[in-house]
Amino acid sequence: MALRIAVCVKQVPDPETPASAFKVDESVNRIVPAPGIPPVVNGFDLHAVEAALRIKDAGDAEVIILAAGNDFVMDVMKKPLSMGADALVLAEDPIFEDIDAVGTVKVLAAMIEKTGPFDLILGGRQASDWDQAHVPLGLAEKLGLPSVTLARNVEPQDGVVRIERALTDGYQVVEAPIPAVVTVSNELGEARYPTLRGIMAASRKQPERLTLDELGLTANDLKPDLSLRRLFIPESESQVEIIEGEDEADAGRKLALRLRELNLI
Amino acid sequence: MAGILVIGEIQDGAISAVSGELLAAAGKLVAEGVSGGVSLAVMGDDLSAIMAVQAPGADRVIRMSDPALKDEGTGGYDAPVLAVAALNESISPDIILFAKTDFGAVAGPRVAFKLGVAVAQDCIDVALDSETGRVAVTRPVFGGNALGIYDFNGDGTQVVTIRPGVFDPVEGEGSGTIEDFDVSDAVSRVRAVLVETIVQDSEGVRLEDADVIISGGRGLGGPAPFEQLQELADLLGGAVGASRAACDAGWVDHSYQIGLTGKSVKPTVYLSVGISGASQHMAGLSGARNIVAINKDDNANIFKSARFGVIGDWEKVLPAFTATVRDLAG
Ligand SMILES: Cc1cc2nc3c(=O)[nH]c(=O)nc-3n(C[C@H](O)[C@H](O)[C@H](O)COP(=O)(O)OP(=O)(O)OC[C@H]3O[C@@H](n4cnc5c(N)ncnc54)[C@H](O)[C@@H]3O)c2cc1C
Repeated sequence: MALRIAVCVKQVPDPETPASAFKVDESVNRIVPAPGIPPVVNGFDLHAVEAALRIKDAGDAEVIILAAGNDFVMDVMKKPLSMGADALVLAEDPIFEDIDAVGTVKVLAAMIEKTGPFDLILGGRQASDWDQAHVPLGLAEKLGLPSVTLARNVEPQDGVVRIERALTDGYQVVEAPIPAVVTVSNELGEARYPTLRGIMAASRKQPERLTLDELGLTANDLKPDLSLRRLFIPESESQVEIIEGEDEADAGRKLALRLRELNLI
Repeated sequence: MAGILVIGEIQDGAISAVSGELLAAAGKLVAEGVSGGVSLAVMGDDLSAIMAVQAPGADRVIRMSDPALKDEGTGGYDAPVLAVAALNESISPDIILFAKTDFGAVAGPRVAFKLGVAVAQDCIDVALDSETGRVAVTRPVFGGNALGIYDFNGDGTQVVTIRPGVFDPVEGEGSGTIEDFDVSDAVSRVRAVLVETIVQDSEGVRLEDADVIISGGRGLGGPAPFEQLQELADLLGGAVGASRAACDAGWVDHSYQIGLTGKSVKPTVYLSVGISGASQHMAGLSGARNIVAINKDDNANIFKSARFGVIGDWEKVLPAFTATVRDLAG
């Protein structure tokens, strides 16, 4: 029987935006989108999509992408489809700009209830915008499922999922009963690039959309417990001493001498 | 509801340094007016050696001992999460502090969501808002490109994880009380189980302990140059690190990765070679005392945080640097 796998993904500003183009509008506590730099699907979420697709490649699985957010760019959000996912389900509402993780978890849990049941629910280890690394964990608690983080390999077996969990020095093998929530890390290996065929197939697929109402939620259910009071770019003054020389090798030599002079090496 | 519950960690049989940092954060909140006292909870299979005197800043130390709590229960951290939830029910703190370690980064959110309340991850400051009586936290966001100050609204338990290395641990001897809290029932509901742990033994100096780190990035262009970094590190008694780009490319193992999602290091000298200095990389360097950068791009972000820099091609700069170091040593 085919496994059903949900992958939760998020649209985020491109984290490779150069620091010089990274701007904050302090009057509304928002990031100013960098001109000409489109948003992306959060990188670790693409690793989660890759993990799901590897399971699909190895056997039989249906991979469904779930996302809650605002101002979706369809070319961006369809990337998991063009990588090979089967369906895309979106909940899009301006209210999602200002909800906290407790709210996000409520929305995703309702989406899972509508589109489930699932054997596995995957997500990235952390989103590159707010860096909280906790929505999948919340989802697991809300749904009453076990959770395992930082997967570098995800392998469903008879009634359990076997996960290699990345540690800073090595890894652990952890087993959890299915259904389970798993967060995926970049140690899994690169996410596949969409093929031309994949892109064509994705262009023909339309996302399924769910409204707040259809999810059985109201704005009141999503009032944040944690709210952003202030967002700003910390001041930093460069104090760098640039070591110069007759040529690059000489500069390298002088750098060593300077560090020795200060007893640093 | 009252007081602060600090979730300590045990390392090599003793209360870890990071736990002392959490007690310092708790002390700051108490000084600002949080009442109800500070409780430090520790978990493990045998905590008989843990005494209140080892926990300066804690009014009471609560030991939760159970075989299931050995090494934090590891795997999915089910056992410690269940234990903390049970303790929370018994003492109803206003605030729960975790360290944002491998353990706390998972257990903090899991406990919060079990209680149905919000959690603020990876905070570098905590403060009491005297008007609302609630906690406000400061945390790096967008990989450290920006800082956010957040308020806890409503009246639920406030769960915070604190970035290690930010607060100085409380010094001196503890004078609190000590008690045991039975969690044998709570921890029986574990689901994710640890099958095995495979530790990659790194040779030589550990990155986390190294006083000198030579670190390479995408600018090195391949795995071979890392041998030159290793040679220099050996000369200086240091360790080799890397950016995520170099690890993801497969040039070195992920155990070399420094940064937000890698290791945090605190060397006296951090020499970065061909690393641009993305904020996510710099997030692992807040404890580094002297950042030295070799980069061919004078606009590279790394020069904003570096104390010394050479603008140039590492293939020319580094061999001369290494040769000079060897001469100085010889
Ligand atoms: C959520 C999230 C978490 C992340 N976590 C981490 C993390 O923990 N650690 C981490 O490192 N990154 C992390 N990253 C990635 C980070 O954003 C950067 O992509 C990464 O650090 C870039 O690595 P780099 O500096 O080696 O490569 P690049 O940014 O490509 O920089 C290469 C540099 O080499 C220089 N160069 C090239 N050739 C030469 C030469 N011949 N001589 C001298 N200089 C040369 C270039 O001028 C350039 O500055 C994370 C990203 C996200 C989104």
